[in-house]
Amino acid sequence: MNATAAAVKVFVPRETTAVSVGADEVAAGVMAYGSRSGRDIELVRNGSWGMCWLEPLVEVVVGGERIAYGPVSPDDLDSLAAADFLAGGEHPLKLGPTAKIPWLEKQNRWTFKRCGRIDPLDLGDYRANGGFAGFEKALGLGAAGILEEVKASGLRGRGGAGFPTGIKWQTVADTPGEKKYIACNADEGDSGTFSDRLLMEGDPFALIEGMLIAGLAVGSDHGYVYLRSEYPLAHSIFLKALNLAREQGWLGTNIQGAGLDFDIELHLGAGSYVCGEETAMLESLEGKAGLIRYKPPLPAIEGLFGKPTVVNNVITLASVPEILSRGSEAYAALGTGRSRGTLPFQLAGNVRRGGLVETAFGLTLRQLIEDWGGGTYSGRKIRAVQIGGPLGAYFPTELLDTPLDYETFAELGGLIGHGGVVVFDNRVNMARQARFAMEFCAVESCGKCTPCRIGSVRGVEVIDRIVANENREANFQLLQELCDTMVDGSLCAMGGMTPYPVRSAVRYFRKDFEDDSVVQASAGVNE
Amino acid sequence: MPKTYDPSIATEIINGFGARPELLVQILHGFLDRYSYISEAAVRQIAEELNLSRADVHGVVSFYHDFRTTPAGKRVVRICQAEACQSMGSRELTEHAEKVLGIGMGNTTADGEVTLEPVYCLGNCACSPAVMVDHRVYGRVDNERFDRLVQAEGQ
Repeated sequence: MNATAAAVKVFVPRETTAVSVGADEVAAGVMAYGSRSGRDIELVRNGSWGMCWLEPLVEVVVGGERIAYGPVSPDDLDSLAAADFLAGGEHPLKLGPTAKIPWLEKQNRWTFKRCGRIDPLDLGDYRANGGFAGFEKALGLGAAGILEEVKASGLRGRGGAGFPTGIKWQTVADTPGEKKYIACNADEGDSGTFSDRLLMEGDPFALIEGMLIAGLAVGSDHGYVYLRSEYPLAHSIFLKALNLAREQGWLGTNIQGAGLDFDIELHLGAGSYVCGEETAMLESLEGKAGLIRYKPPLPAIEGLFGKPTVVNNVITLASVPEILSRGSEAYAALGTGRSRGTLPFQLAGNVRRGGLVETAFGLTLRQLIEDWGGGTYSGRKIRAVQIGGPLGAYFPTELLDTPLDYETFAELGGLIGHGGVVVFDNRVNMARQARFAMEFCAVESCGKCTPCRIGSVRGVEVIDRIVANENREANFQLLQELCDTMVDGSLCAMGGMTPYPVRSAVRYFRKDFEDDSVVQASAGVNE
Repeated sequence: MPKTYDPSIATEIINGFGARPELLVQILHGFLDRYSYISEAAVRQIAEELNLSRADVHGVVSFYHDFRTTPAGKRVVRICQAEACQSMGSRELTEHAEKVLGIGMGNTTADGEVTLEPVYCLGNCACSPAVMVDHRVYGRVDNERFDRLVQAEGQ
């Protein structure tokens, strides 16, 4: 970009959600206005700050401060021009300084501290905003020091299982072997989740840096990123980031003269949900069908191609640089119980102000949904909230004061998972949602174990019989037993946790299974 | 019209991935990008060049939803069926799409213009319901927007 001193810096995200509601057209419109009016514009296609409800969010740098307007549609550009938005002029869509938008200001951003702020494909911008500070710290700490720091931080796997990251890394480090792998799980298939995508589109070098540190900690020179094919924009941005990192000596041999070798291969998934399970993902990375593996052996001991492998989610890996840079103590000071640090929650579905909220564990569902989310998008009453993706429980409004941490949710028969929160209004039919959970499991089961492969098909049939009032009580009993069998007998979380949404739907919304008229009656606007 | 299968181009795709059997899923993506589906001829040739059995390759093709085995229409329209989009009316949108296009999920219109497919999450869950047309995602798609998308993209 040949920006002159007088050029106005404008940010318009190149990020899936922003683009899905017109950011490319807005960016083109801004540039067209610039040339039409003879104003020099330096356009930056940043990542998203995660304020999805304000997308496309246009930011203009005025007097060194970023002033936000949003949501901007291409039709708004004429009136924005008339208001002289390039000088920060007043307009109904003006939100003021980005950093002061309460939705953002109230967050506690660690993993997402740069997302939205920087040009995702500018290594200079990355470094100027704290990038590679964690890596430099890691070089000083050495492998043993990194492992201690990660353990002390209390970081647990952000993909959903919540396993302590430091212990996993220690296991890989302690397992003898010439070749070890870092396999990053970017197969973010849970509905209601998009934090991996936001990070890979908005701050891809953070993931690369996290993987470098993991490689240093366990003695691996070879990383893989397994990205779902449903994320074409993340794919193209991350591929560019890998090439830039290679060109500028952050990947390859003798990285930054530190004598460290590490490179990353980017693989695409192919539309299979179960490949987000770590062993199925390893199979897929080996070019095979994504069938679950028996555990043990743990992937940390026998993983990719039989070698010791760190399998971590995008967010887990991308959190490490900031933890090292600011110190494990500061991270561990946040959160509650055994859930330490921050989690990037994702507010989705029927919610007025959806997006990414990174905050310490321990806030309540209500704070998240009401304070940040502002209630439903439709303006109707909330009826159910599903947390943790398609394998997560549905919570009724009576449970909205539940604090968000791993243990509390486990006690309630639910899970935090990857931090996705999907809001449903009072038009939802929960028998239908329970049926969908079983149906989805039937479609996505890898087929290796019977409880999942057959149980899910039977589950759909049993729910249909309950709804049709065929031996209703006996079939409710059968459904519970089927759920028990799936939980106890499945090889992985696919079959093992599909019963979570089903059981919660039966437990809290039994009426929906028993009488369709109840659902229809509650479908009216209650407010 | 789908591109005619060309064994020399197929070899090029396979060699582009170093003919490494562990890259089979990636190689199949290469075929999908080029031909929009995985043909019998492709399965045969991939098996031969990677020194795998046809059953091995077929097993991988049939496992993954992406690897369709019949040609796609000119455009592939995928409607998200997952929970976040359900909460914003994706079931009704799907019904509308099937009615407007006159086909069910997984099918292609008779004129070969549009293939309609389900997809389970596009990661656009804060601006649901989401639809993907070829490689581009659209958010907050109501019936009217869907009609405009299908028409506009067709020109």
